[in-house]
Amino acid sequence: MARKLLLTHINVPGINTYDVYREHGGYRAVEKALKTMSPDDVVEEVKKSGLRGRGGAGFPTGMKWSFLAKPEGVPRYLVCNGDESEPGTFKDRFLMTHIPHALIEGMIVSSYALGAHTSYIYVRGEMMPQIRILEKAIQEAKHAGFLGKNILGTGYDLEIYVQPGGGAYICGEETALLESLEGNRGNPRIKPPFPAVAGLYGCPTVVNNVESIAATVPIINDGGEEYAKIGIDRSTGTKLISAGGNLVKPGVYEIELGLPVEEFIYSDEYCGGIANGKRLKAVVAGGSSVPILPANLITKTVNGSSRLMTYESLADGGFATGTMLGSGGFIAFDEDQCIVRNTWNFTRFYHHESCGQCSPCREGTGWMEKVLYKIESGKGSMEDVDLLWDIQRKIEGNTICPLGDAAAWPVAAAIRHFRDEFEWHITHPSEALSRNFGLAHYADPLTPVV
Amino acid sequence: MLSVRDSQPVEFSSELLQKFAEVVSRYPEGRQKSALLPILHLVQAEFGWLSVDAMDKVAAYLDIQPIEVYEVSTFYTMYFLEPKGKYVLEVCRTGPCCLVGAEKIMAHIENRLGVKEGEVTPDGLFSWRGVECVAACGYGPVLQIGPEYTFYENLTEDSVDQLLQDLKEKQ
Repeated sequence: MARKLLLTHINVPGINTYDVYREHGGYRAVEKALKTMSPDDVVEEVKKSGLRGRGGAGFPTGMKWSFLAKPEGVPRYLVCNGDESEPGTFKDRFLMTHIPHALIEGMIVSSYALGAHTSYIYVRGEMMPQIRILEKAIQEAKHAGFLGKNILGTGYDLEIYVQPGGGAYICGEETALLESLEGNRGNPRIKPPFPAVAGLYGCPTVVNNVESIAATVPIINDGGEEYAKIGIDRSTGTKLISAGGNLVKPGVYEIELGLPVEEFIYSDEYCGGIANGKRLKAVVAGGSSVPILPANLITKTVNGSSRLMTYESLADGGFATGTMLGSGGFIAFDEDQCIVRNTWNFTRFYHHESCGQCSPCREGTGWMEKVLYKIESGKGSMEDVDLLWDIQRKIEGNTICPLGDAAAWPVAAAIRHFRDEFEWHITHPSEALSRNFGLAHYADPLTPVV
Repeated sequence: MLSVRDSQPVEFSSELLQKFAEVVSRYPEGRQKSALLPILHLVQAEFGWLSVDAMDKVAAYLDIQPIEVYEVSTFYTMYFLEPKGKYVLEVCRTGPCCLVGAEKIMAHIENRLGVKEGEVTPDGLFSWRGVECVAACGYGPVLQIGPEYTFYENLTEDSVDQLLQDLKEKQ
């Protein structure tokens, strides 16, 4: 069995309550950090662990912490990003539902490391049940003396509040999240200044994903070096993968980074293979924004080596033949799924979620949606495929925040790897409409297009 | 769209105002605007939607301009700017849920309720709409019902029928 660090006690009845969580070693990390370590020691351990941001970007957490400005007399904030909205991703919902104290404990340890005395957990508004769960967990932790004034007699004060969002994917972008937390529309800010210098209320702020914050608990308990022993290369520790789509056992799995993708999809310990005895056509490995890969490229790199669940291995081959680990939102497509239809669906999502600040994203996503719908409904022409390629290229890199890139990449990858399926929709419009799915070319040898 | 028609007058009860005050206390002095999103959720839970009058009163309470409330309520998808059914069935319509049949479920709901997306059934009980990814892709198709956003997972046509029946019987 693979090692688990976050979900170790997930099957213990009542682990969502303070008492049971505490009985199973909960809040030891708070005791250790506050009583025996300085804030800088905690930052150092997180640096040693090699932990990388679990929200999608994969930026080293310890390094992000070390950028935090510390001017005298100015409050500093820790804000937890629980706005989980990347299609395919549902790990933070799982963690907050079943083991909320892991997040609260991580919040206390991380806030201490950063010198924050007020911290916020921004949770997407649709997760009202999870907001209630977290509020209860905070009350329990406070009652037990782990929050409030003079925690454990150490002189350290901390309050944690839960903030609901209003339903906007863009608020997962950290500066849009801060705008939203200040009571504004979720329009991302121009960087610099980065939040580490001017974040919430213009004060130095760190924004971390739910899973990243929870991961600081085992890092403090066992030490950063111990954490870094798990995994391969610069992909250390464990990662929650949310698996959905056409799988026998969709769900949230904690894996040791380095697990072969093939084992993750087919072994009974994880997803158990493709549902209904069908064959795998394609995979989106890290949330809807990352490039889709055909089956043959997801299990093996273009050099023929086994593809692993790590930041590096999934990215092997660049965007020509690789993808990204992203948020760990793993979506499997069986042989009957239509890539054109799915690309249209994802593009509609990005169009709907664009905040409208930057014209390449605001106009480009809507334009791509229309062209994709035209092709999907059997009214496309060959020039439309080139037009799509042209639009996505003009969005990528030309926007304030990464939503533009996130909208461009899925379109680019779908054309790169499944161009024949787009063309088939154009040359066989009536068949495309009546079958409602595309070409099943899971086993075809593919020539990478750069 | 905001219109004069939506200016239905509202009165905030003392219990509601107490909840507002608790929310405002979470932020530093002078940063009460941070309470806007949570307070709009509280108002919508109470009245079912956000009328112009309700938004203006929230603006007055937080000491901000009404436009600052409108721009927020029109930006975020969870706020209703017109009356809806008592139960708004929000079905996820994004990729992963569509791979496992969300489109069929939406068609079934439309068929059963006999109203188009966004409309209210004649008895005032139900509305439905497709929403973007609700972060439950492993349990699809899914739908949620506010104001507590109760979750219904792994939907089938039968389980939808059962749910509609149960909600009707709750009356």
